[in-house]
Amino acid sequence: MTDTVSSPMLEIRHVTKSFGQLSAVKDVNLAINKGEIFALLGGSGCGKTTLLRMMAGFETPTEGAVLIDGQDVSNVPPYKRPVNMMFQSYALFPHLTVEQNVSFGLKQDKLPKAEIETQVHKMLGLVHMTEFAKRKPNQLSGGQRQRVALARSLAKKPKVLLLDEPMGALDKKLRSQMQLEVVDIIESVGVTCVMVTHDQEEAMTMADRVSIMHDGEIMQIGSPSEIYEFPNSRHTAEFIGSVNIFDATVQHVSPELSQFSCPDLACTLSVEGGVNAVEGAQVGVAVRPEKILMSREQPQQSNNWIKGKVQDIAYLGGHSVYHVELDSGKVVMATTTNMNRHEQRLTWKDEVYLYWPASSAVVLYQ
Amino acid sequence: MKKFGVRSVIAVPYLWLLVFFLVPFLIVFKISFSEMQYAIPPYTDLVTWADEVLTINLNLGTYAYLINDDLYIRAYMSSVRIAFFATVCALLIGYPIAYAIARADTATRNALLMLVMLPSWTSFLIRIYAWVGILKNNGLINNGLMGIGIIDEPIAMLNTEFAVYLGIVYAYLPFMVLPIYTNLVKLDNSLLEASADLGCAPWKTFLTVTLPLSKAGIVAGCMLVFIPSVGEFVIPEMLGGAETLMIGKVLWQEFFNNRDWPVASAVAIVMLLLLLVPITFFHRYKARELES
Repeated sequence: MTDTVSSPMLEIRHVTKSFGQLSAVKDVNLAINKGEIFALLGGSGCGKTTLLRMMAGFETPTEGAVLIDGQDVSNVPPYKRPVNMMFQSYALFPHLTVEQNVSFGLKQDKLPKAEIETQVHKMLGLVHMTEFAKRKPNQLSGGQRQRVALARSLAKKPKVLLLDEPMGALDKKLRSQMQLEVVDIIESVGVTCVMVTHDQEEAMTMADRVSIMHDGEIMQIGSPSEIYEFPNSRHTAEFIGSVNIFDATVQHVSPELSQFSCPDLACTLSVEGGVNAVEGAQVGVAVRPEKILMSREQPQQSNNWIKGKVQDIAYLGGHSVYHVELDSGKVVMATTTNMNRHEQRLTWKDEVYLYWPASSAVVLYQ
Repeated sequence: MKKFGVRSVIAVPYLWLLVFFLVPFLIVFKISFSEMQYAIPPYTDLVTWADEVLTINLNLGTYAYLINDDLYIRAYMSSVRIAFFATVCALLIGYPIAYAIARADTATRNALLMLVMLPSWTSFLIRIYAWVGILKNNGLINNGLMGIGIIDEPIAMLNTEFAVYLGIVYAYLPFMVLPIYTNLVKLDNSLLEASADLGCAPWKTFLTVTLPLSKAGIVAGCMLVFIPSVGEFVIPEMLGGAETLMIGKVLWQEFFNNRDWPVASAVAIVMLLLLLVPITFFHRYKARELES
C-alpha cells in the first residue's frame, strides 16, 4: 500500500498550534501516503482533534505548514480545500433530505444537474441508503445517519477524507460492525483517510498505520501490531492494551540476550536482543498479560518467573484476567483463554507461578 | 387524587383565559350588536323584557356601517400596511443584531442581550414621547443639523408616517431580536463547519444553512411585531399626527370622542378577525415544525 516513489498525499511539517499560552500541538511532523488509512490516537486533550481541524482548515497552524498533494494549504480556507470531513456528530443538515445532504457539496461545484444526480445515486448505493433518499436526518437511526454522513463526505471525491471519532456516536455492537463496513467503503473508493479516535480498538481495526499522540506530541507511529508489540515508551505501552511493567536495572548487555535485575523477582529478567543502555541504567521491562503463562508447578526455566497469590479474577467469557499479587505487593496481570468448559481453573488465594519466554518482553527507556 | 391534581394545574391557565379573555371578548361582541344611546351604559340591551314580551334586538347596522364608510376600510388597510413594512424593517435590523449576539462569546453575549432589553425597563409611553423631542421641528436632530449648517430649514419628521415606522421599529425591535437570537444560539456550529467543508463560502453558508434553520425564529419574531403593531395606538397618536390613519386611533376616537361603544366594539371585533389570519398561519407552522 505504501508507495515510496510518489510524494505523500498529506504532509504535516513542523506544525505547532497555540491557543494563547497553551500549545495544543507541538512541532508535529507527519507524512500520510496515498490510499492509506491513518489514525491519530490519543486521550482527550492530546491535540489530535486540533491537528485534524488544521487538516480540514478550521484552524490555521501557528507555525509550520500543511501540504495536500504537494501544495501548501496552510492558509487556504476549508471551502477551497480538496478535503472532506465526516463530523463526530455527523452534522447532517436537518432541513434537507438525505439526497439533498449528499448533493450539497456537489452543487457548490456548479456541476451539471445530471452529473450530480448520478453521483448522489452512486454514493447512496455505496452506503446502502438508496431507499432512504427522501427521508430527513431525524427520521434515520444512528447507523443510517453515519452512512449518509460518509456518503456526503465522499461525494466530492476528496483527496483526503477526514473522520472525527467516526464511531463515537454509535453503541458498541453497531460500532464493531460499522468499523469494518466503513473500511470496506473507504478502500473501495481508494481515498486517503485520516481518522481521529480515542478508542484503540477502533484505531487498530480500521487503520493501516496508527500514531499515538500525547500532550500535543506524536509518541510513536507504526502499524497496529508494531505499536502493540514494540511500544517505544511507557506511555504507549500503557495506552495500548494492558501491560505489566517491571522497574529494572540493566545487568548485562549482549546482542542476543540482555539481563536485568528487578526487586520484584527472585530470579533475573532476560529480554531477547540488545539494549540501548549502559549497565546499571534504570529501564522498564514490559510484558503483556496474554504473554504470561500460569501454572501451579514451578517452571523449568531459570529466568523470567515469579511466584504469587491469585488476588482477583475477571471472568470475561472468552478469556479471564488474573490479578496475581507478588510477595513485594506488586500486582501482575495474566490472561488465559477459557478453552475447556469443565476445566479445573485456578481460583482465589491459589499460589501460582507466572513465567514467560525472553522473546515476550520489551525494554522501555522512558 | 392524581387526576384531580393534574386537572387543577391545567385549570389555572384555562380559568385565566376564560376570565380575562373569553368573558371580556363576549361582552365586547355583545356590545357590537347593540345600539348607541345617551345613557349609562351608553348602549341598548340586546334582550329586553317588558309587558310580558321578550324582545331580542340584534343590531347588524354597525357592521354594515363599517363596510359602507370607507374610513374604516382605509384605516384597516393602512394599519396592516404600516405593520407589515414596520415588521420587514424590524426583521432587517433585528436579524443582524440577533446574529451578532448569538455569535459573540458567552460573556459579551449576556451584556449585549441586556442592552437589547434595557430600554424596556423605562415606560413605553416615556420612550415614545422622547422621540417627539428628538424628531420635532426644533428637536434634537433638526437643531443639530441646522447648528452645523447642513440644512437651513427643519425637516418635517414628526407627524409623518416615517415617525410611526421609526416608533414601531424602535419599540418592537426586542420582540424581533429575542426569538431569532434564541433560535440562532442553538444552531450547531458543526453544521456551519460542514457547509464550509463541502465548499460553501461564508455568505453562501448563511443563505443555505443559517437562514433556513432560523426560519422558526423569524416567523415568531415577525408575529410578535406584526400583531401588536396593527392595533398600535400610542405610537401613531404621538408620532403620526392627524395624517396617519391607523385602526387603533379610530378605535380610541369611537370610544372616547364619539362615545359610540357599539361601533368601537365592532371595530375591535373586525380587527381581531383580521389578526386571526396571521395567527392561524403561525400555529399551522408551529405544528408542522413539531411534526418533523
